[in-house]
Amino acid sequence: MQINATVNGTKRSADVEPRLLLVHLIREVFGLTGTHVGCDTTSCGACTVLLDDVPVKSCTLFGVQADGRSVTTVEGLARNGQLHPIQAAFKEEHGLQCGFCTPGMMLTGAALLDRNQEPTEDEVRWAISGNICRCTGYMNIVKAIQAAGKAMREEKAAEPAPTT
Amino acid sequence: MATDTTEIRGLGHSVKRKEDDRFIRGKGNYIDDIKLPGMLHMAILRSPMAHARIRSIDTSKAAALPGVVAVVTGELMAQHNLAWMPTLSYDTQAVLATDKVRFQGQEVAAVIAEDPYLAKDALELIDVDYEPLEALVDPYRALAADAPVIRDEKEGQKDNRIYHWEAGDKDATDKAFSKAAKVVALDTFYPRCHPAPLETCGCVADVNPATGRATIYMTSQAPHAVRTVFALVAGLPEENIRIISPDIGGGFGNKVPVYPGYVVATAASLLIGRPVKWIEDRTENLISTGFARDYHMHGEVALDKGGRILALRVSMLSDNGAFFSDAQPTKFKAGLFHIVTGSYDIPAAHVSTDGVYTNKAPGGVAYRCSFRVTEASYLIERLIQTAAYEIGMDPAEFRLKNFIRSDQFPYKSATGFEYDSGDYHKAMNLALEKIGYDQLRKEQERAREEGRLLGIGLASFTEVVGAGPHKDYDILGLKMFDSAELRVHPTGKAILKLGVKSQGQGHETTFAQIVAEELGIQPEDVLVQEGDTDNTPYGLGTYASRSTPTSGAATAVVSRELREKAKKIAAHLLEVADEDVEFEKGRFFVKGAPDRVKTIQDVALAAYTNFPEGMQPGLEGVHYYDPPNMTFPFGTYAVVVEVDPDTGEWKVLRMVAVDDCGVRINPMIVEGQIHGGLTEGYGIAAMELITFDESGNCIGANFMDYLLPTAWETPRFETFETVTPSPHHPFGAKGVGESATVGSPAAYVNAVIDALAHLGVRNIEMPVTSAKVWEALQAAQ
Repeated sequence: MQINATVNGTKRSADVEPRLLLVHLIREVFGLTGTHVGCDTTSCGACTVLLDDVPVKSCTLFGVQADGRSVTTVEGLARNGQLHPIQAAFKEEHGLQCGFCTPGMMLTGAALLDRNQEPTEDEVRWAISGNICRCTGYMNIVKAIQAAGKAMREEKAAEPAPTT
Repeated sequence: MATDTTEIRGLGHSVKRKEDDRFIRGKGNYIDDIKLPGMLHMAILRSPMAHARIRSIDTSKAAALPGVVAVVTGELMAQHNLAWMPTLSYDTQAVLATDKVRFQGQEVAAVIAEDPYLAKDALELIDVDYEPLEALVDPYRALAADAPVIRDEKEGQKDNRIYHWEAGDKDATDKAFSKAAKVVALDTFYPRCHPAPLETCGCVADVNPATGRATIYMTSQAPHAVRTVFALVAGLPEENIRIISPDIGGGFGNKVPVYPGYVVATAASLLIGRPVKWIEDRTENLISTGFARDYHMHGEVALDKGGRILALRVSMLSDNGAFFSDAQPTKFKAGLFHIVTGSYDIPAAHVSTDGVYTNKAPGGVAYRCSFRVTEASYLIERLIQTAAYEIGMDPAEFRLKNFIRSDQFPYKSATGFEYDSGDYHKAMNLALEKIGYDQLRKEQERAREEGRLLGIGLASFTEVVGAGPHKDYDILGLKMFDSAELRVHPTGKAILKLGVKSQGQGHETTFAQIVAEELGIQPEDVLVQEGDTDNTPYGLGTYASRSTPTSGAATAVVSRELREKAKKIAAHLLEVADEDVEFEKGRFFVKGAPDRVKTIQDVALAAYTNFPEGMQPGLEGVHYYDPPNMTFPFGTYAVVVEVDPDTGEWKVLRMVAVDDCGVRINPMIVEGQIHGGLTEGYGIAAMELITFDESGNCIGANFMDYLLPTAWETPRFETFETVTPSPHHPFGAKGVGESATVGSPAAYVNAVIDALAHLGVRNIEMPVTSAKVWEALQAAQ
């Protein structure tokens, strides 16, 4: 089947089997290996990507379901060579160890900050409760997401005029 | 980048991690990210039955599916003498089953195809005719005289026993028990669980048909040892094998062993002449690779009238599954379980263990612990609390009374360890102070009057890590030393190559800090490499908290060796005698004339451009470190829980962790390790369980059944430290990666039991689910 999707802001198309999972479309066809497979059952969130800005588990969607939609992966977080605040914060706050859950965790966090730049600890923990991390115990991930929110608020406050 | 030469970011600095730059950009290079030209994909057919004879295997339909390149069975492997392989515990394990299947999920056949989806399609076309046999799920049943023999292919194997192993002094222990004022016993089962790293296991095997050279990318925590095992298993010349461990998405012990899939993929690549990739799915990971624990334990302590422990007696049955493939030192059949005397000064102890075959997955790895230390720590810490209740003493007071005192170190334990250093009272007192222990006991009283159930749990663990001195510790005869090779380049930048392999521990940063401390080269100027056996010195790998005690020590020693050489070069440059040169933080200066200075960078350049006559040029070296002793990290964890009397649900209100891992290289990373371990410990205590039904079907075969803690239920941690350096480690470090998984399960469970203790509840088995707590409450009322 022919699909057309916007991946990290770029129009991409592919001719794929209907049964091809979205995660494999992203990893194998588009070559974006930052999206990982951890469990195959929608449980761990390592495969999280944003589909029209909403976090989804790409291991339980078909690639064809992305037709006509926009997909954001970890490779699309940085813009013009500038890290997204959540990427900078994950490093600064030691929010990652092995790095395997990190792309999904950052995308879920970024989606939360998109709608709420000042989340409480409980709000962060609830938002990322579909993303499992085996290394960090979540303490520093929570800190990192909150720190990124703070950075985004400060960035916004420093902007001379609202952007359209 | 401008470097601040006034402050060298060596030991004790929370340097931000160098490895993060690629991970936060999605540019890590994990096993499944590796693609080679012409690469094929392998999928494994696994047994649906726990115990059955194989009557026949028909692969013709699978082989005929377009896109399928080969179907491999045990029969084919047997033709190459590869149907069985040796395990790390001197047993054998089937690579692909030929005669029988012995656990659900056992490897039966493999399909190699052009596409991973096709490979899985073809699995469904393989027809296996099984004759079911009795599945032995209960290890006690497996010991019965009429139980079928699981390993009937082994010559001389007449039953399901694997080993009997003892430690300590039985007579002295029996004698002490006969004089005891009181004996307190606890029977408890540490259930089977699984390390479940977020990345499953896998490999890409690439055997070059022209040269015969095998390059195998593999999720291995121990690439060098794997290379040697591969040479022995496959009969390949060792110089023709190159193991490359790329970025690893967590290991926790699961990625130490050699799995059948690696062997089949390599054999397939050899036979077909193309690279073959095999990546487990999650179910394969949970049902077939290295599990943990599964120890049925009986412990008892003999006490005098005053509450002093006179002796400890432990007997234990180990359920090892269908093959004895524990990854552990040769001498110790139950790993280092004999550390079971823990933090206590116990004059006599005896430990007796028996290993049993059952129809379950083999593996017996240490899930984030040093060879079965976790089971030992759990047993003694649960037993200590039980004993305190039975003699009516506060569990904290009982511990303080029985701890090894700081002036008793080095301390020889009744089971044969020599503890290097410790101050257990200090760590415990800090934990009690931080959690407000006395106040909490009063609150607990008040809560009980109001019908609320508050519990305070303690665990004061001692680990034994950092294997190890070569005289006692080897795996398949390979002595457990480790290595570091340091090359300082003419521009003063360096590359450090290690025999260990990070799976998230941050070696690229922490090991660079060791070089920074010893040589004064900033961490950002030291590139750390590991995982590629062609390009790193031999070592036994990363597990059992051994990287810092062994390879970290090697890094310090090789740095010091280069420093000595550098000092001579500096003397040459400064035109003074060698002994007139002093070193501090990357600067060599003349004694008494500190303004006459050469930096390490000056000296590095001179090592290649202007070295003294008669000296070998260059500034490079390698060191293989054989530790004089193990290290013994310790600490006290204190947990407060509230149990809902109506539902049995329990919630952690506070968790205070005091860890003493000796000198800390990078406090930020140490704290991160502790957070992770406390979370895995919580998972084990509360939810993680691999179990089986009566037919041997694995329950816990995916993340919907095998539950892992999420951010929502994971407790919030308060971490503190004491620092008691290891006297024998070059910079006093002990290792920390596993302390929290070892110590914390008992603390959580003790807290829940403590909430119910006044009702007479003494034990609830892990995982402590609300249903079990509710049942215990019903039984007690």
